[in-house]
Formats: sequence, C-alpha cells, structure tokens
Amino acid sequence: MINLLWALVAVAGVPLVLGGYIFAVEAAMKRSGSRARGGLRPWLWLAPAFVLLAVFLIYPTVSTAALSFLNANSAKPVSFANYTYIFTDSNMLIVLRNNLVWLVLFTFVTVILGLLIAVLTDRVRYERAVKALIFLPMAISFVAAGVIWKFMYQYQPAGAAQVGTVNAIFSSIFPRFTPQAWLFNKSQNNGALIIVGIWMWVGFAMVILSAGLKGISTSLIEAARIDGAREGRIFFSIILPLMRSTIIVVATTLIITVLKIFDVVYVMTNGNLDTDVIANRMYKEMFNYQNFGRASAFAVILLLAIIPVMVLNIRRFGRGGS
Amino acid sequence: MRRLVLILFVLLSTGALLFATGSGESTQAGGKVGGSVSVLGVWGGQELDIFNSMVAPFQDRTGVKVEFEGTRDLDAVLTTRVAAGNPPDLAALPGPGKMAEFARQGKMVDLSGVLDMAAMKKAYAQGWLDLGSVDGKLVGIFTKASLKGLIWYNPKNLKAAGVQIPTTWDQLMSTSQAIAAKGTTPWAVGVESGAASGWTGTDWLENIFLRMYGPAKYKDWYDGKLAWTSPEVKTVWQTWGKIVADPKMVYGGSQYELSTNFGTAFTPVFQTPPAAYFHFQATFIQSFIQKQYPDLKPVDDFNFFGFPAINQQYAKAVEIAGDLFGMFKKTPQSTAFITYVTTAEAQDFWVKPANGISPNRAVPLSDYPDPLSKNAAQILTSADIAVFDASDMMPSKMNAAFWSAIMSYLANPDQLDSILSDLDKVRADAYSGS
Repeated sequence: MINLLWALVAVAGVPLVLGGYIFAVEAAMKRSGSRARGGLRPWLWLAPAFVLLAVFLIYPTVSTAALSFLNANSAKPVSFANYTYIFTDSNMLIVLRNNLVWLVLFTFVTVILGLLIAVLTDRVRYERAVKALIFLPMAISFVAAGVIWKFMYQYQPAGAAQVGTVNAIFSSIFPRFTPQAWLFNKSQNNGALIIVGIWMWVGFAMVILSAGLKGISTSLIEAARIDGAREGRIFFSIILPLMRSTIIVVATTLIITVLKIFDVVYVMTNGNLDTDVIANRMYKEMFNYQNFGRASAFAVILLLAIIPVMVLNIRRFGRGGS
Repeated sequence: MRRLVLILFVLLSTGALLFATGSGESTQAGGKVGGSVSVLGVWGGQELDIFNSMVAPFQDRTGVKVEFEGTRDLDAVLTTRVAAGNPPDLAALPGPGKMAEFARQGKMVDLSGVLDMAAMKKAYAQGWLDLGSVDGKLVGIFTKASLKGLIWYNPKNLKAAGVQIPTTWDQLMSTSQAIAAKGTTPWAVGVESGAASGWTGTDWLENIFLRMYGPAKYKDWYDGKLAWTSPEVKTVWQTWGKIVADPKMVYGGSQYELSTNFGTAFTPVFQTPPAAYFHFQATFIQSFIQKQYPDLKPVDDFNFFGFPAINQQYAKAVEIAGDLFGMFKKTPQSTAFITYVTTAEAQDFWVKPANGISPNRAVPLSDYPDPLSKNAAQILTSADIAVFDASDMMPSKMNAAFWSAIMSYLANPDQLDSILSDLDKVRADAYSGS
C-alpha cells in the first residue's frame, strides 16, 4: 500500500519537478538579457538529462573500471592482476573462446537465415502467417526459451523411450541415430545453446530485413528480369547491395545482444562443461564468490568489446544512414 | 494554478507522513502474532509441498504469513541479499559451510537469545548443537537430517539375479562386474541439479574418502588442509571412476549421468526388466521413490544397505547431512517460526513422508512410516563415527568448484590431473578468507 502511494507521488512529482525547473530557468533567462539566452538555453534545458546520465551511467562506468584494478574486496590495488588472470587462466580462455564462437555463429546464422526467410516469403500468399510464426519466439524471455529447450534436449539412453523432442525426432527419422545428451557433450553443447539463441532472434532479423527488402523498388527487379537476369544474379547483384545498410543495422543489434548473452547459458547449463560465457562468469564472480575486482574486470572487457560496434553505429547515424 | 499546487502539496505530504510511520508488522488482536516472515530456501517440487504442509498449522495458530522463496542458486541469492542489507528473516541452509561465512561477518542472530536453550539441550544431542555453532555461538538449528551413503536396490530384482548384498568395497566391485558381464549395467547415477549440478557425485567421494582414511583426515580435507592433488584424494577419485567412468557399469554412460536430475535417476532400478540394480543416494530419496512409484512397498520392493567398508577400521562410520535454519532478522514473527521448526510436531512433517530424519529426540521411532526409515533413523542416532557432509562444510567457492569438477570428471575422466590442480587453485583462493 505504501509502495503504491510512493509510486503515485513519483508519477506526479517527476514531471512537476522538471516543469518547475524549466519555468525557473526561463524566468532567470528573461532577467539576464538576450546575449546569454541563445547559447546557454540548450545547455540549461539539457542539464537534468546530463545529471542523470552522469550519476547513472558515467559514474558507475568509471567506478567499475576503478574497481577492476583493486582486489576481491576492493581493499587494496592489484594493478593488472585481474586482467592477467582473465587472459592467461585456461578456464577463462575457454570463456573468451565461447563468446567469440557465439559472436560469429549467432550473428552470421541469424542474419543469413533471416535474409533467406525474408526473401523466400516475399512472394508467397501465406507470408503473414509464416512471419508471425517465426517472430513468435521474440515474445518470450531468454529464460523461458532456455527452459523450453532444456526439455527439448533431454536425453534417454538408446532403447529407452525418448522424452526429449530433438532426440525423439531424430530417432524416428534416422533409424540408426543414437540419442545424444546435447547439453552435456562438450562437442555439442555450445552449438546447442547457440541454436536456442538463433531460434529466438531469427524473427527479429527476418522482420527488419523483410522491411528493407520491400523498400527496394519493384521496377528495378522487373527491369533486371526483362534483361534476362536469373534469380540468383538478381539476389546477389541487386538486392544484396541495396540492403547493405539494413543488414548492418541487424548485424550490429545482434552483436550487441550476443555479447551480453547470459540467461540461456545460466538456465541450461550454468556454464558447466565449457559452455561458460563472460556475463555468466561475471555473475558468478560478483554474487557467488564476492570477488568484485574480477567481476569488474569482466564488465570492463565487455564494455571494450562493444565500443567498436557502438562507434560504427554512431558514425552511420551521423552520416544520415537509414 | 494555486489550487493545483495546494492539492499536490497535500498529496505529497500525506505520502511522506504515511511513509514515516513505517511499514510495521502490527500485532493482531486475540493473542495472534500476525504479520509475516520471509524464508529463503532451496526446496521445490515435492519438498516444497512438504514444507508448505509443515507451515500450515503454524500459520493457523499464530496468524503469521510465511513467505517462502525457493531457489537452487541459494548461494548467490542469499549472499547478494545479505550484502545488500536486505536479507530474508530466515534462511533454510543445506549445510553449515555457508552459514559459518555469514556468522563470521556478523550477519546472523545468536539463537541462544531467541530459542529456549534448556529445551534445545533436551531435544537435540550436543553434536547437532555443535554443528550449528560458530565460534561458540549457536547460529543454526537443524530441522531435518538425512543419512548419506546408502545404496538403494530392488530386493526382488537382486534375488532374481542371484546377487548377495556386498559388505566390502571389493565385494561390491565384483558383484557389479558380475552383473555387467551378464549384459546389464549395475549402477544408475544422475548428477544434474540446476545451478548445483554435481552435488550427488560429491556424496560418493565423501563416503569413499571417509571409509578409506577416517574422520580425522576427512576433517582436514574439508578444512582445506589436504591438497586435492594429494595421492589420497586422487585415489578416492580413481576408485569412484572404476564405477562411474566405465560405460558398462553405469546406465546410459556419462551422458545419462550428466543430464539426469538426481530426483529421477533411480528409475532404471525399478524398470521391468531392470536396467540397473544399485542407486547411491541419501535417505530423503525414499519420498521421491514413493511419489513416483506409489505402489512399491518399502523393504519388499525397495531397500537400502549401508556403504560397504573399505578400511575395516572405519567400517561403522556414517555421513550425515541436514538442513538448518539461520536467522538474519529478529522479529516476533521470525522468533515464533524458528521456535516452531525445532519442535517435534514440525519435524514430523518431514518424517511422515520419509523425506527426512528428525534430529529432535522427542520424535518417537514409531512416527517413521515404515521399517526402512526407522532403520535409517536408528543408524543415524546410534552411529559411532558420524561426520557431516564435507562439501557442505567447505566455503561456497570451494563447494561450487567441487560440483563443477564432478561434471568435468564425468565428461572426461582422463583429465583427472588437470581437474585436481584446478581445484587446488580454487582451494588457495577459497580458504584464505576475504
């Protein structure tokens, strides 16, 4: 009950306080004279946003970076020890390798699959139904997807009734197939997890790429067909180049998503058997082991990994890309 | 404009006043305590049902609402909440290891000021009170216990196969090999358990270690004084590997072991025809067996024998485990609840479905529903050498690494040396105490 009252206070209070601030700024400006007004006004209006950014974004980032150079309970500095550990310990190297595998496989396969589905459904009557079906997994959380696929990947030895969907389907199609414990086999578990991620995000890629596809004027393609170009040629020489910026948008969004991957790994294998990823490791170091130095180092590494992608994104927006 | 400001002022000040009076847990009229208590634990599924039925009479009697939150990742959730200054009122912990960490940080309430210590000394053997104490202060009180290192079997199947109950490890190995030679895998093992996957394997190793090297070395092991790469520890793993790393000895091979949840791993033993004959697990698995196979009768259709002796000197040693309650916030509600869970009445709820053994002396043997659980209770209370589950006594980082090591070993038994040296690296970190 108390919380509800506080919620109401916040909902009413925040616009009031902001409004009051703007009024005060304007009132002060009227008194100060026209020279100050033009240049100063945008900064004063933006000030609340800057303060919030500084408190909730800049300060935590700097603080985390600082913590990564301290020891586990942040009592004494250890210079680069945390980073050295992450880049030299064999288990940590496996974690980094896994993120790289996720990055490459997840992004490529999702984009290619999304593109394929977008192009194939483009000229079919039941396009909407197929798209809705493929987009459906985006509506659930990664945790829910993890739980669903954990059931799908269940293992029973050969000869016993197969309760896992994947093993059951493969067993019925290929009579000599031996059921696999997908999540617990070191050669398969990373792939199995990545498939879950792809399953979730292919709908997103498909929708955006489909929009980009429909943006290509049909007269171009008609002209190419009249000139005798085959479908494959049209795809690679006309459609793909024109969709370049859309593909880059989809790819960067997917890269940003995959670098943070956590829920799927945590729910399905908890990082056991060489499936650990940076975010899961960071969680364990922070909350299970209370090693703040190492957890912060992981966070900084993730931040550094994402900066190139961000720079790319911002540059394109600056150039007025789509 | 002015009216608007006036209305808003009234709204804001009312909100502030209501907040200032605090969210108190007021006592209701009629002698009932009222209010609520928050409890954090690992229980889910069937064990949660039992917990809820245990809690029902308490709620009716005192009017206190028990808000239980269950998670297999208890370690992370509890550590975070305690560190954030937002602990639950009470936590149901699977062992004294984590509890000791919190107690040394000063986060736990000294139960001697909460419980009636005279009544506790009457109800509990001193051993239980000692296990729940850190540096002389009682911080955890046991609510249910289990006997570990039991080997469950189907008597009818064993008789049909012409197998005798082994009493030594060598007999167990030869019996298993004889069964394997006939074409059936003798063992059913499953170590999956969400964020705690691998703990079943730790029970195996602890029992082998205890019977090989005795309680003194066992204590050194969980105190971190014995290296994982030492020949003693390596021998224990290799002994275990003779069973679990051999695909002819375990149902479904390593894939089944890694992917099957501990609560359903026994099913091959009760299939017709049997797909396995032995299942290693603690006493609480009886309630799981009975839930899944309600028609099976204890003693006739399923029974257990104690872990076979390896070194005759330690033949009578037993490994016990238990769940204990610790208090983080002392309120009238949490005091009432923790007093309730120590009573024979509350602990009976775990005893009746054969999910636990009560450490409370007031629970009579007749409360145990069948000769099987009575037998287990008797073994536990009359054991000569009783040690606690070693992994639950280790610091949580060591414990988690131990669990992971079990998974890694089952997947690649030939990498034992590197697994053990990784464990030693964690040991150097975990016992230094941050």
